[in-house]
Amino acid sequence: MTALVLLDHEAGAIKQPSRSAVAAAQALGEVHALVVGAGVQAAAEAAAKLPGVAKVLVADAPEYAHALAEPVAALLVGLAPGYSHLLAAATAIGKNIMPRVAALLDAQPISDIAGVVDADTFVRPIYAGNALATVKSADAKKVITVRAASFDPVPAEGGTAIVEPAPAVASPSMSRFVSAELSKSERPELTAARVVISGGRGMQSGDNFKLLEPIADKLGAAVGASRAAVDAGFVPNDYQVGQTGKIVAPELYVAVGISGAIQHLAGMKDSKVIVAINKDEEAPIFQVADYGLVADLFVALPELAAELERG
Amino acid sequence: MKILVPVKRVVDFNVKVRVKSDGSGVDIAGVKMAMNPFDEISVEEAVRLKEKGIATEIVAISMGVPACAETIRTALAMGADRGILVETDAELQPLAVAKLMAAIAAKEQPQLIILGKQAIDDDMNATGQMLAALLGWPQGTFASRVLIEGDHITVTREVDGGLETIVLSLPAVITTDLRLNEPRYASLPNIMKARKKPIETVKPADLGVDVTPRLTVLKVVEPAKRQAGVKVKSVAELVAKLKTEAKVI
Repeated sequence: MTALVLLDHEAGAIKQPSRSAVAAAQALGEVHALVVGAGVQAAAEAAAKLPGVAKVLVADAPEYAHALAEPVAALLVGLAPGYSHLLAAATAIGKNIMPRVAALLDAQPISDIAGVVDADTFVRPIYAGNALATVKSADAKKVITVRAASFDPVPAEGGTAIVEPAPAVASPSMSRFVSAELSKSERPELTAARVVISGGRGMQSGDNFKLLEPIADKLGAAVGASRAAVDAGFVPNDYQVGQTGKIVAPELYVAVGISGAIQHLAGMKDSKVIVAINKDEEAPIFQVADYGLVADLFVALPELAAELERG
Repeated sequence: MKILVPVKRVVDFNVKVRVKSDGSGVDIAGVKMAMNPFDEISVEEAVRLKEKGIATEIVAISMGVPACAETIRTALAMGADRGILVETDAELQPLAVAKLMAAIAAKEQPQLIILGKQAIDDDMNATGQMLAALLGWPQGTFASRVLIEGDHITVTREVDGGLETIVLSLPAVITTDLRLNEPRYASLPNIMKARKKPIETVKPADLGVDVTPRLTVLKVVEPAKRQAGVKVKSVAELVAKLKTEAKVI
């Protein structure tokens, strides 16, 4: 049995959620990795260093530059005969592409797995993580996305895989990339950060998110938000932590002005240590927090920034 | 153009579901049901396209038990023109739903199909992508903005680092994300009007689709509960505990 993992990469490095997907794939057998893009030699070399990866296939062509679903899915379907399992991290790219691959292979995708029981059987959260279902697939090929927060990523270095070009597959041409507006931030990405500090509706405005910044700077944290804060227009959707946003499991999660709706908890309750700051002592967030501070965030945040500054 | 909008009947998003004690699933007996929130966004987008004179007809489709007709009625009250209910007691997984939708699309010949990106019960996030694949159409998933011009649709998508804009040739499949629009509430007169709009009922067999589930649920359990921790009295105490007790800063 051999598993093929589609890797997300950026600036020549393999993204952490994909290293978690490799970790999940290792439970299934030999692991091959697929690097897709235009000018991705550095990423292919980085993939070859991932421990546990035996072979890296590289599809380096202009039509793959933006990881559009149609050409990448066609490529994966072309490669599928050699594999029992096709996996990707449950990132925007993996969630977009893998179900398309599954349909073309007449398979029911197994989305967002949080555990591998055996080659056919997987654990996945349903109902916003309020239940965990163990499901057994009857499909000949399993098409899987992996919840990165549930698997410790393999290290970025240590392996020595062989690198080969992927066989060419005809690309359908029905979609075209126009532009990307990516949030510019010096901070770590939400799904890879060791510390995450998130604001909720209690922040009252997008401007007030600035109160989180000195703390995030001091802790090397990513800044996130609850769906309520996104819905209210305080911050863009790519800040969203929750069932319909990003799933994170950092060492430290600080929830500020977040009540703790089910849909938010679904995105962060696997964090190692949770801190909640909220003025409502009845807020459900306190039921999952290791350390709760009942306080007005507009007083507590400057204090916290000052306290951390003191070192 | 004609737009198809599938709408799923799910447990209302405010309900906290309970896992059955025998581990066979979640208990949804007597629980309040509603339209999947992302599907409300799909219906709203279709109705706005009709109000702009771009869409000519909106067909709302639901699949499952007879009560799914209520979900179609909600879509009709929001502004859809007619409904199709694919009635079955069988469990429908996304692959089966995508196949049923593809069969309906073959008959209806829409230019656009708008789906919610994810249903809040199985959280699969798959049906739209699968439907696009089966039809051989392009897909614009997690859309926060759509613009139709001639035979193309420009879709701005919510991706991990921000936004991405792509252009798809029509016909196409779109899946909706949160910020695409804010769905309207159906007015009472529109709810009354919706009662008169037609709903056609078909069976999976009429559409020639085998809906046998590919995934068998072996068991469903509650996730391990987190224990509530301690309340600290001050920021200073919090920082001290994070340093010396939790050792995370």
